[in-house]
Amino acid sequence: MGISLIAGVATVTLPNIFHATLSLVAALLGIAGIYLILHAEFLAVIQVLLYVGAVVTLIIFAIMLTEGISNKTIAQRNKLGPAAVGGAVVFLAALWGVIRSTPWPIQGGTSENSYATLASLAGSLLGDYIFPFEVISVILIAVLIGAIVIAKKDSV
Amino acid sequence: MDTRFPSEKAYPFDSESSVGMKTEKIFSMQTLDQIFIIAKKIILGVTGHFLPDWACLLTSILISISAIAVLGPFTMMYLTLLERKVIGRMQNRIGPNRVGKWGLLQPFADGIKMLTKEDIVPLEADKVIHFLAPLFIVMPALLVFAVIPFGRNMTAVDLNVGLLFFIAVSSTTTIAIFMASWSSRNKFSLLGGMRSAAQMISYEIPMVLSVVPVIMMAGSLSTNSIVEAQSRWHGLKWFVFTPWGFLGFIIFFLCAVAECNRSPFDLPEGESEIVAGFHTEYSGMKFALFYMAEFMNSFTLSGLAVTLFLGGWQGPFLPSWIWFFLKTYALIFVMIWFRGTLPRVRVDQLMGLAWKFLLPLTLANLLVTGFWYFTSRPVRIAGSMVLLALAFWILTKLNRDVVPEKRVYHFAE
Repeated sequence: MGISLIAGVATVTLPNIFHATLSLVAALLGIAGIYLILHAEFLAVIQVLLYVGAVVTLIIFAIMLTEGISNKTIAQRNKLGPAAVGGAVVFLAALWGVIRSTPWPIQGGTSENSYATLASLAGSLLGDYIFPFEVISVILIAVLIGAIVIAKKDSV
Repeated sequence: MDTRFPSEKAYPFDSESSVGMKTEKIFSMQTLDQIFIIAKKIILGVTGHFLPDWACLLTSILISISAIAVLGPFTMMYLTLLERKVIGRMQNRIGPNRVGKWGLLQPFADGIKMLTKEDIVPLEADKVIHFLAPLFIVMPALLVFAVIPFGRNMTAVDLNVGLLFFIAVSSTTTIAIFMASWSSRNKFSLLGGMRSAAQMISYEIPMVLSVVPVIMMAGSLSTNSIVEAQSRWHGLKWFVFTPWGFLGFIIFFLCAVAECNRSPFDLPEGESEIVAGFHTEYSGMKFALFYMAEFMNSFTLSGLAVTLFLGGWQGPFLPSWIWFFLKTYALIFVMIWFRGTLPRVRVDQLMGLAWKFLLPLTLANLLVTGFWYFTSRPVRIAGSMVLLALAFWILTKLNRDVVPEKRVYHFAE
């Protein structure tokens, strides 16, 4: 946890954007470690697969494609710093309600807890939350088709 | 004693295993099958006399870890020799035969050479990342050994999400390749890194989707349960013998070859185009670490293909671990065969194959697996074969070569 906090701070302060991305990797791996400690193996693995494997790779890809920032050390801060802090505080306040209303299992059931097993996740995703799930997939398909259309226009 | 951390060794004839035979008295199939498990139990039994419980648990974990840590590099060393020998034969040469009998000591000579070479770091390089990249590429390659079932009761860690663990950990290899290519400050390195990223992202998707049918039919993500799901017909009811399994196996194997950057998909390090790709600026042992990761990846990916589609360690007559290694080395031989016979593909062919052909085919395969699951025997075999053939035909039709119109250069005349 400490590691991911340090790495998170490094992510937003390091002058070189590639170094910042690599410390983002460390932060994400730290979070995967927290999931592992909480016996949510599936979440941990998905965290590594999606964030470290896919999202960070995409970020690095973008860095490499934009020639201007790949080698230089640029300032990571701008005038919007206070606004960002304000946004983080608002977000935390919004989360606070959720944190307060979640029933945390205090005793027992650390190994038995079924909050994040594969079967329970699948059950709730395809059972209780089937409508949002389907809406997300429709949106994703729309995005995919849109990307293809945009890419096609350029090549002709 | 915790028997969930069994041991496996690189060489079958070590001293402990002969002790295991003696204690069992009868030289039975059962003994031979569980030889490494027995060896480990004996070690733990001996140390258990004078060590406290927590130390015993630690020893148990240590034995498994050291077995893997030995197996990985050892496999890599002899894979290099195997590859050079087989490629040599395919090219009508003999291959290395000077160091030891049949060149058997060649890997050790290579290792010593690599260790004593000068380590050159480019002046402009990002020193820290340049140093870290070879380490970060070997780590996932070694980590995935943990979930491969080498034989009956021979999975180092039986995670219930073992298969996903494998995919997730091996997907981090891309970042290490990026680190190597970016920190070298070399345009060939950078080009190799870009190519590698594009290739790995593209081939990861069909690879993951091609294992989903197996997960659907086995009903589990644990590599052990997947092997166990193929245990009927005396251990010959492999998934590869079903229509969806066959297609899935072919797609998985192709993607595996692409994932470990082997020929014909070796664009990231194409020697004739970009020197050596992302490891151009590496020398000595760091360079060897890249090769080690590559060979260990090809071993583990073949091992995973065996686990998922070829029944893992199941098979008649022979001990389980012999079956596993036989099947794995057969797949590795096919990889070397690819290298000996196929020319390198172009970038557009590579991307086209992944996105326009393999990806839709895996989606069709998913549908067919669902169909297979919900129908009974005569219908499902014929039906799924027809569906797959139809999908294949439509995709090849859609993917036929488009002959571009002749370009007119208005301003070049």
